[in-house]
Amino acid sequence: MNKKQKKSLYRIIIAAVLTAIFHFLPVSGVLRLILFLIPYIIIGYDILKKCFLGIIHGQVFDECFLMTVATAGAFVIAVIDGTGDYTEAVAVMLFYQTGELFESIAVGKSRKNISGLMDIRPDSARLETENGLETVDPDEVEVGSVIVVEPGEKIPIDGVVISGSSSLNTSALTGESLPRDCKEGDEVLSGSINISGEIRIRTSKPFGESTASKIMDLVENSSSRKSRSEKFISKFASVYTPAVCIGALCLAVLPPLVNLAAGSAPLWGTWVYRALIFLVISCPCALVVSIPLSFFAGLGGAGHEGILIKGANYLETLSKVKTVVFDKTGTLTKGTFDVKGIHHGSMDDSKLIEYAAIAECPSSHPISKSIRSAYGKKIDRSRLGITEEIGGKGMISYVDTCKVAVGNDKLMDHIGVGYCSCHSVGTVVHMAIDSEYAGHILISDTPKETSKAAVKELKKQGVEETVMLTGDIDSVGKETARDLGLDKVYTELLPADKVEKTEMLLSNMKKGDTLAFVGDGMNDAPVLSRADVGIAMGALGSDAAIEAADVVIMDDDPMKVAVALKHSKRCMGIVYENIYFAIGIKVLCLILGALGFANMWLAIFADVGVLVICILNAVRALKVR
Amino acid sequence: MKKTYKIDVDCANCAAKMEEAAKKVEGVADCTVNYMTLKMAVDFAEGASPAEVMPRVLKACKKVEDDCEIFF
Repeated sequence: MNKKQKKSLYRIIIAAVLTAIFHFLPVSGVLRLILFLIPYIIIGYDILKKCFLGIIHGQVFDECFLMTVATAGAFVIAVIDGTGDYTEAVAVMLFYQTGELFESIAVGKSRKNISGLMDIRPDSARLETENGLETVDPDEVEVGSVIVVEPGEKIPIDGVVISGSSSLNTSALTGESLPRDCKEGDEVLSGSINISGEIRIRTSKPFGESTASKIMDLVENSSSRKSRSEKFISKFASVYTPAVCIGALCLAVLPPLVNLAAGSAPLWGTWVYRALIFLVISCPCALVVSIPLSFFAGLGGAGHEGILIKGANYLETLSKVKTVVFDKTGTLTKGTFDVKGIHHGSMDDSKLIEYAAIAECPSSHPISKSIRSAYGKKIDRSRLGITEEIGGKGMISYVDTCKVAVGNDKLMDHIGVGYCSCHSVGTVVHMAIDSEYAGHILISDTPKETSKAAVKELKKQGVEETVMLTGDIDSVGKETARDLGLDKVYTELLPADKVEKTEMLLSNMKKGDTLAFVGDGMNDAPVLSRADVGIAMGALGSDAAIEAADVVIMDDDPMKVAVALKHSKRCMGIVYENIYFAIGIKVLCLILGALGFANMWLAIFADVGVLVICILNAVRALKVR
Repeated sequence: MKKTYKIDVDCANCAAKMEEAAKKVEGVADCTVNYMTLKMAVDFAEGASPAEVMPRVLKACKKVEDDCEIFF
C-alpha cells in the first residue's frame, strides 16, 4: 500500500469505529446529527470537495456528485422524518471509499505485476572509454562504442559480442526459459540478461532503436489503441450518468406529484429515499474500471509469454479469427534447408558436394548455404575461377579446371544437358561438370516440430480454415500442406500474388469473422498489413516485422499462434462477463430500488460489491493458460 | 514532436477526462493518457515548445480533475 492508500485506510477505520459508537449512543436531536457529521466529514471530505469543484468547473455528473447527493439526501430525510438514523448515510460513503481503496490496490497490483513482467528497460550502460569503464545513461552511448556487461546485468543496447562468451536469459523477450549461448561474433539483443560470463559488446544501434526500447514503446502504447468494447463503455458512461441522474430526479418528484393530484398523501420521504438508492446503485465505476483493466491485464499476460499484441483492438479481432493464413518457409518450416540425398552421382558423393559447395560459394541463397553446411569443411576459395550467376536458374563456375554448373531444371535446359528427374519431394539441385550430367542433390526444408500440433490446436479453437501460401514449387508445397493438415494451399506465388490471394480469402469471409496472416516478417510486410491481424513470427531483431505486424511473436514457435488465439478468446470472455454481470445486476437492483424492494445496503452491494467482483475477474486475464 | 510524461491520477474515468482536456489545449496536436501505465503521451503541434505548453496542459487537467499530477 502506498501513502495515499494507507491514509484512506485509516480514514475508513476511524470513521467506521466512530459511526459504530455513535450508533449506540443514547443521544438524539441536533447533537446526534452533529456527532454523525464528524465521521461523515472524515470519510467524505474529499468527495464533497471534488463534487463542489466539479460543479464549479462545469463537470457536474460524476461519481462524486452521485455520492454527495445520495448521502446528503439520506441525512436530510433522516432529519425530516425525525428518525435520527444517520448510520446509513455515513455507511454509503464508507463503503464507497472502501471500494475505491480496493480498486486502487487492485489496479496498483496489476500495474506492478505487468511492469514487472515487462521490466526489460535497462537503466545504465557501462561504456569502455580511454579512462576505463564509465557508467552512463544508455541514451548517451553512440553506435560502434564498446560496452561491458557483467553476469547478472541486462544488456542495454543491441550489438555484437567482440570478446567473451556467456549464456543469456532471453525470457523477458521471448518467454523462452532455456538460456541461449553467445560467443564472439554473435549478435545479442538488449533486454537479455547475461548469466554466466563477462562479455564485451560493440553496439550496433542507438538505445532508442534497440530491441528493449522498441518493445517497451510497443507495450506502453498498446493500450492507447482502444478496442470497440472499451469505446462502447466510455460512450456508455458519458450517456449513462446524466440519464441516471434525470431518472432519479423523476423518481423523486413524479410519483409524489401524481399522488398529490390523486388527492392522497404525497409520501415525499419514501420516494426521495428510493431515488437516492437508485443513485447509489447506478454508479458506473465497475464497468469504467474493469473493462480497461481486463484488456490491460490481457495484453500484459500475453507479453509475458513472448506474444506482443499491439493494442486492445487486436485482442478483440484476434478472438474472432476464423481463417488463418500461413506463410510456409520460416513460419511452418524451419527455413533452413537440409541435404536429403545425392542421386545418380557420376562420382563420389563427397566429391560432388565439394564441387557444388565451391561452385556455389559466392551465392547467399539459402540453398547454397545448405550445400555449404552439408560440405562442412572450410571452402578453399582459391580453387574457384570465373563464376556466373544465372538468375532463377543457378550458377556456372570454374572449379579447378572444370566447368561446374549447379542449378535447377531450367539451368540444365539452358546449357543443353539431359538430366534425371527426382522421385522424392523436395528441391532438386542438378549438377553438370564439363557439360556432363553429374547427378543431383535433393534438398528439403523440414517442418518445425510444433507446426502440426499448432494447426490442430487452431482447429480446436474454432478456426474454420487454415491456408498456406508459398512461393515454393507445387509438389513441395502440397506435400508440406498435407503433412501438416492444412485445408488449402496455394503454391508458386510471387510476393504480390500473396496479397492477391489474401484479398480473395478476405472477400469470401462472413461478416464479423476475421482473417489472420502469420509470416516470418522478412518480406511479408504487405500481406501482414492487409490481413485483419498480421502476426509476425520469430521477429526478434527484425524491425520491419515489428513495425508491420499487429501481433509480434518473439520466438518462432507456431504453437504461440494458437496460444494467442486462445488467450484472446479468454480475455474477451472475461470482458463480456463483466459487462453482462455489472449491467445485469445494476439493472435488476435499479428496478428493485424503484419499486421500493431495495434498501441502502443492497444499493451498496450493487455498487461496491459488483466493482470488487469485476476487478477480481479482470485480473484473471493476467494468466495465459 | 511527441513526448511522454509520467502522471499520477486516481481513476480510469479521471484519466479519460484529462485526455479530453489536454487535447483542447493550444499547442497540443494530440494526446493519449494511459491510465494503466500512468503515462501521458503528448504530440505537440508544429513549432510549439513543450516547456511552454505543458503548464497549460497541467492547468487544463487540474480543472477537470483536481488531484491529478503531471511530471514534466
